[in-house]
Amino acid sequence: MKGLVPAWVGKPRLDPVLLILIMLIMAFGLFILYSASGPDMAVVERQAIRLGFGIFVMLAISQVPPRILRLWTPWLYGIGIALLLATWILGVGRGTQRWLDIGLLRFQPSEIMKLAVPMMVAWYLHPKVLPPGWKPVFVTLGIMLIPVLLIARQPDLGTSLLVAASGIFTLYLAGLRWRILFGFVGLATAAAPVLWLVMKEYQRDRVRTFLNPEADPLGHGWNIIQSKVAVGSGGLTGKGWLNGTQSHLEFIPERHTDFILAVLSEEFGLVGVTLLMLAYMLLIARGLYIASVARHTGSRLLAGALSLTVFVYVLVNGAMVAGVLPVVGVPLPLISYGGTSAVTLLAGFGMMMSIYGHRKFIK
Amino acid sequence: MIPGSRLYAMLLIFFLCSVGLVARAVNLQVMETDFLQGQGKARFLREVTIASTRGVITDRNGEPLAVSTPVDSVWVHPGQLLEYPENIKPLAGAINADAEEIERKLTQRAGKEFVWLVRRLNPEVADRIRGLGLPGVYLQKEYRRFYPAGEVTSHVIGFTNIDDVGQEGLELAYDSWLAGSPGLKRVTRDRKGQTIEEAELIKESDPGQDLRLTIDKRLQYLAYRELKSAVLQHGASSGSVVVLDVDSGEVLAMVNQPSYNPNDPGHDTDGMRNRAVTDVIEPGSVMKPIAIASVLEHDLAVPATPVETSPGYTVISGHTIRDHNNYGLLDVTGVLTKSSNVGVTKLALQLEPQEMWDTYTRFGFGEATGTGFPGESAGVLRNHRRWRRLEQATISYGYGISATPLQLAQAYAAIANGGKLRQPAFIQGSNNPPISAIDPDIANAVARMLETVTTPQGTGSRASVANYRIAGKTGTSHKASASGYAAARYVSSFAGFGPVSDPRLACVVVINDPTGDEYYGGLVAAPLFSEVMTGAMRILNIPPDDYPTILADAGNTAGGQ
Repeated sequence: MKGLVPAWVGKPRLDPVLLILIMLIMAFGLFILYSASGPDMAVVERQAIRLGFGIFVMLAISQVPPRILRLWTPWLYGIGIALLLATWILGVGRGTQRWLDIGLLRFQPSEIMKLAVPMMVAWYLHPKVLPPGWKPVFVTLGIMLIPVLLIARQPDLGTSLLVAASGIFTLYLAGLRWRILFGFVGLATAAAPVLWLVMKEYQRDRVRTFLNPEADPLGHGWNIIQSKVAVGSGGLTGKGWLNGTQSHLEFIPERHTDFILAVLSEEFGLVGVTLLMLAYMLLIARGLYIASVARHTGSRLLAGALSLTVFVYVLVNGAMVAGVLPVVGVPLPLISYGGTSAVTLLAGFGMMMSIYGHRKFIK
Repeated sequence: MIPGSRLYAMLLIFFLCSVGLVARAVNLQVMETDFLQGQGKARFLREVTIASTRGVITDRNGEPLAVSTPVDSVWVHPGQLLEYPENIKPLAGAINADAEEIERKLTQRAGKEFVWLVRRLNPEVADRIRGLGLPGVYLQKEYRRFYPAGEVTSHVIGFTNIDDVGQEGLELAYDSWLAGSPGLKRVTRDRKGQTIEEAELIKESDPGQDLRLTIDKRLQYLAYRELKSAVLQHGASSGSVVVLDVDSGEVLAMVNQPSYNPNDPGHDTDGMRNRAVTDVIEPGSVMKPIAIASVLEHDLAVPATPVETSPGYTVISGHTIRDHNNYGLLDVTGVLTKSSNVGVTKLALQLEPQEMWDTYTRFGFGEATGTGFPGESAGVLRNHRRWRRLEQATISYGYGISATPLQLAQAYAAIANGGKLRQPAFIQGSNNPPISAIDPDIANAVARMLETVTTPQGTGSRASVANYRIAGKTGTSHKASASGYAAARYVSSFAGFGPVSDPRLACVVVINDPTGDEYYGGLVAAPLFSEVMTGAMRILNIPPDDYPTILADAGNTAGGQ
């Protein structure tokens, strides 16, 4: 036996708390997806299969010790960069080059970077003296910026900002000095007008729309206004499952993907939204707990950064649906319809489980 | 190592963000929920009108003359349809139109939400479109007016436009009565505008009320057929026939030539005029009985009073008034029988202008009959204070005065009805109480005199009807034109009633511009009058005047077997 399987494969290393929370959120997600899709059982089945695959990936990764994961990190990062370059040349997609079609499956290489960037930053920083000095900070920024710019060029502003956030969180958790941090924040603020200049026209429209959705209620403002109306119509307890008029009469745009939270809000009201937020907070809290108990610096940084990133997803998506942030293509974690994002997230949770399961073997 | 303060700082920031998000949710879902729910409802609840059926117009026996049938009309939402340009071709195929033209039309109106494509489809075309089920293409139920009698009743009934609003005739006059009021319902619609369910009925549609006319469809067909063939036979430009019920004043038939098809009216407004009501003629000799009635009324003569008409003309104020022949010495009856202009002039000039004007006015001349028919003309009867002697003379034989065929029918029905004038009515149950136009004895005397016109000695012998006693008067007038009276253009007319012993029907026939050799009222209008009255007597089962005699004859013949 010992010769057939690697030595690090032992008894299952799972975190039941994380697993139960993930299962709960996913189950709730499928439930809402059924309503948001029409209802259409076929859509739910397709999504269930993807989630099942994601759970398989999560469980598989959870068995891999963090030491091995760190060993793979530079390779994963390198492959990710290579794939991003490939999308530049071979990418497919409507108006953007996000997708890579490799025969059997189409996927977004940018999703790999959501994991690879925090992994790479953690891998790079963990042997350094912390808090990091100027040189490591600049190297870290370089590790971040290469994929961020490649993704932004596709163009996919949402994902590139999320990838950047995951890198910055790692750096922050590594003890980035406050003055350097505030320096960057100031720099970023100063750079905002430049960003406006390099943005594509549709991205500017989104910002304009966000600032004044009523200016073009039937065009660019449509998504935000419809979403707000749907959320507001839910009231305290909602209209009930399958009874959301705004969603079932197709007034909510992208209702089973990015705006699925609007469907949930309309059908389950404030109570449903609060319960879901609570589940997410417990999920993040558990992730941060895992980070705090991990012995290895790299693991701690990775677990912490991944948890914070998930929370950013939730906040950005929620803020978008509630009309307090511009429309950026950020799905609601584990609930929005779509495979790549869910599989990436679950792989990340797999890493957390691995870190948690192997905490006692770290010297 | 991760410094603890870092985590706590981050947790604090995230906690605040979460609180902010939940606060936003509370704001939307609790504080603004009423407003946003209203907004939501405004998106899917729509108020839709329910078409109301227009009332049915029937003849006096309940035969339908105008009915509404439900039809589908197709309209499109240009934006939705243009999202799938490939759908335009099958749509164009279904309605047999040019795809490029449709696309051009829709592109011009791309900002609109509602564009009629084709109104009033054939059922099979509507089914085809329904079968296609294209997004942005919708069917709407409407009502289309259908006139089973077509051109036969078109002038009386008129027609409605594409929005079902009356445009002519009684459809116009009684539009609000017929139209009813559309209902209103609230429906749930999805973003594509497809109706998902009917949520609530706000107001039932009130169907329009039915209208029962006094027209008898059988008489109408008869009169139309005879008029059309007479107009054709004499190469006339136009013509009218009016048949009134003597007792009630109800219009039993009213037809004109040229006519039009109300199911597809087109734009030929000339054919659309109900000439019997809207057009005036100078009546000519058919006015003579009214003048004679005025003379009798003022005790200036009796039917047997002799009137010298030789040498066949008389000079009034320097103008010569002529008869066709020198009739010599006639009596008052003979003046009517022979239609002597000289005779009636001599009799009428004994009257004060006001006396004569007064009689004419009581018979309804110079003012509209008051039926409310759209475009009704009043005719012209100048005030007696402005009459000169010559004018009084010409008015006595029907020149210098104008009237519609309906006014003439009204006046003759009054003579037939013992002097009681009833306003003509198109609708059953109209309020038209009899008004005394003249003393019954005088009316009856005039009627008996008019009966001589249809005897072999009279000018209207061809107006006679076998087995019925018919009273009436021919008329042949020169048409007025810009340069005076036209020498070779005539209005040929006949007005009369029967059966004389118990008058039931009054009928006026007017033929404009008969070309060819025959133009006298006695030759052109009288035969048409006879055809119409003969058929009408048979259809209405009116017993002949000397019914007992005929019955006795028939009995003798039968008894011989």
